[in-house]
Amino acid sequence: MSTTLLNENDIARAISRISHEILERNQGAEDIALIGIRTRGVTLSSRLQDKINAIENTQVETGALDITLYRDDLGAGLQKPELKKTEITFGLEGKHVILCDDVLFTGRTIRAAIDALMDFGRPASVQLAVLVDRGHRELPIRPDYVGKNIPTPKTKRVQVHLKEIDGEDKVIIQEPVK
Amino acid sequence: MRTLIKNGHLIDPGNKKNGEFDLLINKGKIEAVEPRGKINETSDIEIIDANGAIVSPGFCDMHVHFREPGHEYKETIETGSQSAAAGGFTTVAVMPNTEPVNDNRSITELIISQAKETAIVNVLPIGAITKGLKGETLSDMGELKAAGCIGYSDDGRPVSDSELMRRALEYSKMFDLPCIQHSEVLELTRGGSMNEGIVSTELGLKGMPTEAEDIMVHRDISLLPKTGGRLHVAHISSGGAVDLVRQAKAKGLPVTCEVAPHHFTLTHEACRGYDTNAKMSPPLRAEPDIEMIKEGMRDGTIDFIATDHAPHDLVDKQVEFSKACFGIVGLETALPLTLKMVDEKIISLEKAIDMLTFQPNRIFRLDKGTLGIGKVADITIFDEKTKYSIDPSKFKSRSKNSPYKGWKVRGKILRTIVNGKTVFKNN
Amino acid sequence: MTQTASLSKRNIISMNGLKAEDIKVILDTAVSLKEISTRTIKKVPTLRGRTIINLFFEPSTRTRTSFEIAGKRLSADVINISGTGSSTAKGESLIDTARNLNAMNPDILVVRHNCSGAPALISQFVDCPVINAGDGTHEHPSQSLLDLLTIREHKGSLEGLKVTIVGDIAHSRVARSNILAMQTMGMKVKVVGPPTLIPVEIERLGVEVCYDLGQGINDADVIMILRIQLERQNQGLLSSLREYSNYFCLTEKHLSKAKKDTLIIHPGPVNRGIEIALDVMEGPRSVILDQVTNGVAIRMALFYLLLGESDADTN
Repeated sequence: MSTTLLNENDIARAISRISHEILERNQGAEDIALIGIRTRGVTLSSRLQDKINAIENTQVETGALDITLYRDDLGAGLQKPELKKTEITFGLEGKHVILCDDVLFTGRTIRAAIDALMDFGRPASVQLAVLVDRGHRELPIRPDYVGKNIPTPKTKRVQVHLKEIDGEDKVIIQEPVK
Repeated sequence: MRTLIKNGHLIDPGNKKNGEFDLLINKGKIEAVEPRGKINETSDIEIIDANGAIVSPGFCDMHVHFREPGHEYKETIETGSQSAAAGGFTTVAVMPNTEPVNDNRSITELIISQAKETAIVNVLPIGAITKGLKGETLSDMGELKAAGCIGYSDDGRPVSDSELMRRALEYSKMFDLPCIQHSEVLELTRGGSMNEGIVSTELGLKGMPTEAEDIMVHRDISLLPKTGGRLHVAHISSGGAVDLVRQAKAKGLPVTCEVAPHHFTLTHEACRGYDTNAKMSPPLRAEPDIEMIKEGMRDGTIDFIATDHAPHDLVDKQVEFSKACFGIVGLETALPLTLKMVDEKIISLEKAIDMLTFQPNRIFRLDKGTLGIGKVADITIFDEKTKYSIDPSKFKSRSKNSPYKGWKVRGKILRTIVNGKTVFKNN
Repeated sequence: MTQTASLSKRNIISMNGLKAEDIKVILDTAVSLKEISTRTIKKVPTLRGRTIINLFFEPSTRTRTSFEIAGKRLSADVINISGTGSSTAKGESLIDTARNLNAMNPDILVVRHNCSGAPALISQFVDCPVINAGDGTHEHPSQSLLDLLTIREHKGSLEGLKVTIVGDIAHSRVARSNILAMQTMGMKVKVVGPPTLIPVEIERLGVEVCYDLGQGINDADVIMILRIQLERQNQGLLSSLREYSNYFCLTEKHLSKAKKDTLIIHPGPVNRGIEIALDVMEGPRSVILDQVTNGVAIRMALFYLLLGESDADTN
């Protein structure tokens, strides 16, 4: 049982709007760096990059961040999240970093991402862009750019599907897998 | 007081008896053996109903280590004899590698007097070939025999010096007792802790090659024609050594040999996982050697079964493999493991009993091992059918080192009788 | 949904029990972790509050340091206990030592011991995972994993590669672990050395044996040179190091007939000029220092995979 909340066009419009908001707020693309949180945050950051590059006729820096090593829920046992590479090849000093992720939920992933970023240097600011904000924050974290606010029951699952990874663009909500 | 063992299946290889016989004991001796039901049951006779179980001469183990004096924390003559009785053994010969070594009359007498006081089976001492097992000078073999030793051995160590071994075979002839050799060329096994082969290679443990055994068996056999002594090869484990003994016997040389149950039921594969319970000397060998051992049992090259009962405390076994002591608690698993050879059709049940009773007594010229009229009533009754699982924690031995934990076997000792008296009864 | 990675083994004692999938997971994880060591701040909080004990009964600098750095880069507390300083020197049994350490609740025990099988024994008496950091002449799994990572980095993949291991195979735990692991990964292994240093029945592990260095390396994609130890001479296994060197020291002359892109690895420490010529060791085909770098990443990967679990399913 799943319901589609956003379709391909909705997502494209959201990306476009967020790109403009980022440029407006930062008064252009100078000193902006987009860092996506693996896995789907990276895809979103590269779409934002394309959009911003097109609007401003420039090249903004992007990086990919795997926050697994900064998670607060690693316990004992043999099932581990698969580790992917963190790739940030530029210095963060003086940059306005836009963290990108697909869904904002408890805020714990963002907490981990901010901690990770700090190990790479001291950015001028860190801003947060998400495609979906579904509420239920467990930490004092709020997004700067939101594709869509979707109030949801805590037990349901919100999933973002992106062409590059899942073959199609959509955001769905479904009953939890038992 | 007389005792009648009835309804048993009596197997007495020494007298070629195998069938349904009842047996009457009087004053510790066998008074009568008659077909089932032929002996009158009078009111003064104690009845033991064998109920179809096998009635055999008491088992005899010519190779055990009871650790007393010196290492009583591993085993004593008392606990060792209880282990023997639980395994169906009525007679055991204890090796001299105690501390101090049994290389003189006073130690032999100590063992005999301790046995008289505490042992529930017959305990026969074996004296050292060389003083202190050092392999340097001969022990006083005459004195040792006079005190009660029934053979000579430096077991645990070989007599490495060929000249000395030659003298030992010559000198022992005067007392008509065999020299029992632990056949191992030490230069080839230095630092070794298991059989040399694919498993030692994989485990990264220094190996002990079969040649170490073969060369010494060959040397000792070569010494026989001129010395005229009697050679008994202890715990034969290599196929090459079996061949050598077979050839020597064919030439009529006075050589005999024994095999321990672990050498025909386990291979060096048992050492995987660094299980120190599988650490033996001589080591557990590879499959081809095991096959040749079985062939030696089948064709009679191997004379009898001896357990090399070598109890060790956990402090000596629960350590790094290369530092662990060699050996296994053998007495309480000997019968079921021997019956595996019957299952595999290597030997008959009668032959199995022969190898546990008549043969060792014959070779060591002891007046035991049969159920003949007038003989001492040392008898073992066992159930050959019921399957059970081996549980070392239930061993009577003070030590529990055995690699056979959990093995499903048959051959349960029901009763062990020494000198007409029941010394072990299984409930 | 996060992908998960897991090992089929809780203790890393032998490469025997590790499947190709396990090895791949470890190598992939190490690749992801390698980047941390290139940062200015070389530390992530992953194993914060975890205790790793390095229990070394045998002197070792590079392996111990590598494990220690790996633990610290993941924020674990790493404690080093050396054989001579520990109670075993006072006669305490290995098991007593293990039980005592276990009572202090370590999260991982890294064990090096001069007796084959010692880490396996320890693992039976502790609750935490045990990593074998080299036991006697048995195995040294983390070394073979870092060798595989180095080879994969340079060759792209492992399957089908031909590897020749040269030297004292009989006493080498590195050789044993690599023979098992490389074959698991579909590589072909040849061993070269004097017959006195080739263990019995090694062919039954699936390797080819060769006593001639030139012949042994002519089609090799990778040449692994093992350290030769002086004491083999006293044990009568070698006539002299000089003679060994005459026959088994890898020189440019040998390499001129080998494949152009052959890779040279050595577990270290190197006896320059005895098992490997100086110019070869420092030449373009030698990746000995890459091995050291990868050692840290491999050990971080083992720590990460053996510790820390997550429900791996939160947004």
